Amino acid sequence: MTPIMPDIQLIAIFPESILAIFACALFVMDPFIARDKKEQLGYFSLAGLCVSGVSTLFLWGKSISTFSGMIALDNYALFFKTLFLMISALIILMSIRYIKIERINLGEYYGLILFATIGMMFMPSATDLLSFYLSLELMSMSLYVLAAFMRKDPKSIEGGIKYFLTGVFSSGLILYGVAFLFGATGTTNLGEIAAFLQENGVTSSLSLIMAFVLLITGFGFKISAVPFHMWAPDVYEGSPTPVTAFLSAGSKAAAFSVMLRVFINAFALSSGNWWPVLWVIAVLTMTLGNLVALVQTNMKRLLAYSSIAHAGYLMIGLITASQIGYAAILIYLVGYVFMTLGAFTLIILLCSANMKGDQISDFKGLARTNPMLGLVFIIFALSLIGIPPSAGFVGKLYLFNSAIQGGFYWLAIIGILNSVVSLYYYFRVVQVMYMDEPNAGTVLSFSPTLKVALGITAFLTLFLGLYPEPIIKAAIDSVQIFL
Amino acid sequence: MGTNVYGFPLLSLIAYLPLIGAIILLFMKKEEEKKIMQTAFAVSIVTLAVSLLLIPGFDSTTSEMQFTEQHTWIPSLGVSYAFGIDGISLLLIVMTTIISSIAIVSSYTAINMRIKEYYVSILFLETGMLGVFMSMDFFLFYIFWEVMLVPMYFMIGIWGGGRRLYSAIKFFLYTLFGSLFMLLGILAVYFLNADPQYGSGQYTFSVLELQKMNLPLHPLQFWLFLAFFLGFAIKVPMFPFHTWLPDAHTDAPTAGSVLLAGVLLKMGTYGFVRFCLPMFPEASVYFMPYMAGLSLVGIVYGALVALAQKDIKRLVAYSSVSHLGFVMLGIFALNTHGITGGILQMVNHGVSTGALFLIVGMIYERRHTRLIADFGGLSSKMPIYSAVFAVTMFSSMGLPGLNGFVGEFLILVGAFEANKIYAGIAVIGIILGAAYMLWLFQRMMFGPLDKPENQKILDMNRREIAYMAPLIVFMFWIGLFPRPFIRVMEPAVEKIVQRLKGAGAMAKQESEEKSVEVISKNDKTVIAARIDPEKGMID
Repeated sequence: MTPIMPDIQLIAIFPESILAIFACALFVMDPFIARDKKEQLGYFSLAGLCVSGVSTLFLWGKSISTFSGMIALDNYALFFKTLFLMISALIILMSIRYIKIERINLGEYYGLILFATIGMMFMPSATDLLSFYLSLELMSMSLYVLAAFMRKDPKSIEGGIKYFLTGVFSSGLILYGVAFLFGATGTTNLGEIAAFLQENGVTSSLSLIMAFVLLITGFGFKISAVPFHMWAPDVYEGSPTPVTAFLSAGSKAAAFSVMLRVFINAFALSSGNWWPVLWVIAVLTMTLGNLVALVQTNMKRLLAYSSIAHAGYLMIGLITASQIGYAAILIYLVGYVFMTLGAFTLIILLCSANMKGDQISDFKGLARTNPMLGLVFIIFALSLIGIPPSAGFVGKLYLFNSAIQGGFYWLAIIGILNSVVSLYYYFRVVQVMYMDEPNAGTVLSFSPTLKVALGITAFLTLFLGLYPEPIIKAAIDSVQIFL
Repeated sequence: MGTNVYGFPLLSLIAYLPLIGAIILLFMKKEEEKKIMQTAFAVSIVTLAVSLLLIPGFDSTTSEMQFTEQHTWIPSLGVSYAFGIDGISLLLIVMTTIISSIAIVSSYTAINMRIKEYYVSILFLETGMLGVFMSMDFFLFYIFWEVMLVPMYFMIGIWGGGRRLYSAIKFFLYTLFGSLFMLLGILAVYFLNADPQYGSGQYTFSVLELQKMNLPLHPLQFWLFLAFFLGFAIKVPMFPFHTWLPDAHTDAPTAGSVLLAGVLLKMGTYGFVRFCLPMFPEASVYFMPYMAGLSLVGIVYGALVALAQKDIKRLVAYSSVSHLGFVMLGIFALNTHGITGGILQMVNHGVSTGALFLIVGMIYERRHTRLIADFGGLSSKMPIYSAVFAVTMFSSMGLPGLNGFVGEFLILVGAFEANKIYAGIAVIGIILGAAYMLWLFQRMMFGPLDKPENQKILDMNRREIAYMAPLIVFMFWIGLFPRPFIRVMEPAVEKIVQRLKGAGAMAKQESEEKSVEVISKNDKTVIAARIDPEKGMID
């Protein structure tokens, strides 16, 4: 008997491989670079992201399934890979100055970001429960370290430990759910699971229900859906701000990218009867996130609750379980990523040697001393609320579109009521920026890279609101695989 | 789909001129205050001049959309960049450019801080307002409709007085609440049109396409009408939704109130005329008594509350509630006279109430108080002011010979044709309107000049006379010779009325059918299924 060589097409993991090489090289170079020149490593990792990004673009349109069905390369995966690379590049642009101010400019920082990115990039590619779990852990492990990176700041330590414990716990739940799913269907391959369910018509066996409960709980932690959200505010507040941004944009998008694949295949989302559970979670998530955000005084906590609320909106697409709903998730995620990263960039801008800059009161009169910043924040705020012309509006339009099309009128109505609530707390910041007297002694830590990050996020938030056609097209192309 | 006589995107030019101006202002130094004001004024005057070009090119014999522009924008959603106007929009566009210019001049001395941001806001607002009246695509319409809230929020919040922060966010929250329901309505219409059973089977946001749909009254038109109703009624504002208005008006700076009363409120009534009536004709007929009822309550309630006000600006604000009630009554008389009168009254209200707010602004600038009790006997010190005030007051009351009379008369005729009781109650509103206006004038202008602070008060200066003059001219013009204003909107109004007439017959038939059904089946679930949209549409 000759051993069967699995069919391996390395091209399918080419972007990740490049990034892995850069990350390893970065760790090798790190000891040779003086402490005050660590930003060179930042530029080095940016170069790695760019090379990887270019190779990703060249792969667009390909459809490959390899590593014995563990990894797939299709438009859906590529859509998310491109998004993660952009997130990662923006995070590095935001970090270069910040980690110097916070005295955490160590080479590992960039390396860990790259490894987390590699994990994220594998997640939407994973077509097997095991490859999905491995990539999830690669991302999470890197993020646990990053969250606690300010090791002299007790809040960061607290956040890191909290994130680690809840993260490991939820990973455990996911793994347990995977085991149940394997028990119910006899395979870990998502395609085969879907085929098995279709053939046998079981959508409600006990082990499948257990698997659903465990997976939804595990994912609930990852996307910070209510009632599994408690870790988010503390972790968001404690972590270094760029890492917070990375958590709220990157890891959330990654969790959604894999959630779609797993849920659509393993639970036959569009034909199954799972939606009431998701409905309740979505409504709780958006309502609680928005209501608690109303009383926050810390900007990072406010954005944490707002990102909880956004997870709730995103779940609308999952509930409607239609082509347009899945596309809506992708479109909304793109907008969400840029507006959230933009808002975090502003917080980083306020962080200087003598001020943390994450209180809402630190924003006092900022628009009067620096009108451009005021304008940019308005764009982000409008987008976060879902007011046109902004990427957030287009995303919400698509989500509500899918809700209306699917007949989920109450979900749409609860969604818009929540948007109205969110207006209040986002515009409280606008009000502080425009209508309060400026603080004396506010120092803005402008740096060229930060300006680039701010420019890109603001431009894309506005531009994708005015001309969303390319993103809509790409998103619709990407979700074709779920037909 | 329409014509464009100039073969040139004139509407886009008008809409974006103020935006371009705002961007130019952004690049000017904020210390060059005079230059900023002059640029802003110049931009608004150029916009006004260009908008006047619409008049000679306008063909008032057709109800077709004119000066149309149509470009594909987001094909995957069926969104196109579509502009076009008919007679109704033409009136409102020209009114907007005129009132915006006046608002800018009137702010020269009233606004003395953060000048640059102020004029940027006003110009940005003007683009939003113009865009709303031109958009022939729901997506585009919604963008303008929402984007306009931001500059208005800043105008109230930064340059306002009193509880400005509270009023600003209240205004924003209320309007956003309504608009989002409208957005859901738009999305529902969008999907229904894609269903060949009701519409053209295409995914499109085109207003003209969606107006051609034939939806059953129950449950579709019923619920869709309510969704749009929330969006527009809050903006108008109709009676139970009006509470944001007195706050916003009172705390906004003068120019903000002028634009709010003059243009922003008209967007709600415009929305009813442009979207609700043609898209949901049966529902409009069905809801007519309720709409008329709310309008009448608004008329009488607004007037009664105005009588009780101590603050001049708040009084004018409540008078707006009353006047907008008239506009809504006219529109929901659902006949030619009523709708014509309603639209004309929209313009009239823009002119008269805009003028009233300017008058209040002048006196506030001089005395920094708006309490009626702080004045008295001003007519001897301010003869020009009191003359202008008198004309404006009469125009607002609806004295024959001035603009308010023509509008109110047409509305009353329309209401009388629809139901005599409506007209009867509306007349009470007119009487009360005369009462609060005359009483206000009497308390401020006549009587002894007993307050020492008022001894040295100055009369209107040349700039103030200059910007009040065009408004006074319009009051007389529309009052004495309203024919051109009415003629220009006639075909558009006729088209809507025709659509409603068809619907009226159908609605009658349907309600008969329905009663037959109820009797014959006497089965509650059948009716429930027809009324409950959730059940009706999920499968």
